[in-house]
Amino acid sequence: MDLGPHAAFIWAAYAAVVVVLAALIAWLALDGRRQQQLIDEFEARGVRRRSRHAGEHPEIG
Amino acid sequence: MQTFTQRLANPTRFMALSGQLLPWIGGLACALIAMGLVMAFTAPLDYQQGHAAKIMFVHVPSAWLSMAGYALIAASSFGLLVFRHPLADVSAKAAAPIGATFTLLCLVTGMLWGKPMWGAYWVWDPRLTSVLILFFLYLGLIALRASIEDEALAAKLTAILAIVGIVMLPVIKFSVEWNSLHQPASVMRLGAPTIHPSLLWPLLVMAAGMTALFAALHLKAMRNEILRRRVKALRAVEVEAAGGLASQAAE
Repeated sequence: MDLGPHAAFIWAAYAAVVVVLAALIAWLALDGRRQQQLIDEFEARGVRRRSRHAGEHPEIG
Repeated sequence: MQTFTQRLANPTRFMALSGQLLPWIGGLACALIAMGLVMAFTAPLDYQQGHAAKIMFVHVPSAWLSMAGYALIAASSFGLLVFRHPLADVSAKAAAPIGATFTLLCLVTGMLWGKPMWGAYWVWDPRLTSVLILFFLYLGLIALRASIEDEALAAKLTAILAIVGIVMLPVIKFSVEWNSLHQPASVMRLGAPTIHPSLLWPLLVMAAGMTALFAALHLKAMRNEILRRRVKALRAVEVEAAGGLASQAAE
């Protein structure tokens, strides 16, 4: 695709968007997986949140 | 009768609903961005800037979302301080890195557009400078929260800074009228847009796609934050249980 004399700037702008957003998506996906893994480990050791018994959610706020 | 936001105050309910919505919003974002890219790269050339105007299709949505992201943080902060909504702080915390990312993209793509059009990557112009300050404000919110160990105190102080910082949004909006090199608003303005429909439609589709992407990322970040707080609560339960066992053994 011929994007004229400023093609390098155009491709660089789109590449920056792709790279930065891909990094953000990857970070969020890995972070979510890590947190879920930690919760699974706690539950495997028999640790349960108090909120599950009390029906409240002290982890928020 | 509970309002929608009151019902969402239950994190378990929020996790269930967001888990269902996330793939749909993510899919919508992908579809709209793909459609927007096809429209952008098949749109007629701008009569003055030629192909370089194609940078607009990623720069302008990033700029809008940098400001919308900050407005979301300020609204969430207001929700925390005034209504004490349990998910307001989760929302504000989750939106900060995403808003900072879109602000960074706005600055980078703007520089890459500025060089061929203005002859310089950067000028200390009111619009560029005010967006740079917005980026630093995002970093300030993230740094302030990270520097305070007490989560409730960090949430309150960050919320106050976020609400004070909203003064930057009108400054950015009207900065183009203050002897600025940056072009004035051509879409979000009083009266009809000045941009030709052949370029306006791809821009609007890209903006809708990137907004859906922002929403999907924000939901995912909120889910992560709720999980992180659950991990913290579980750790506290485990430490407490270990302390109880130790005191029983000592007796």
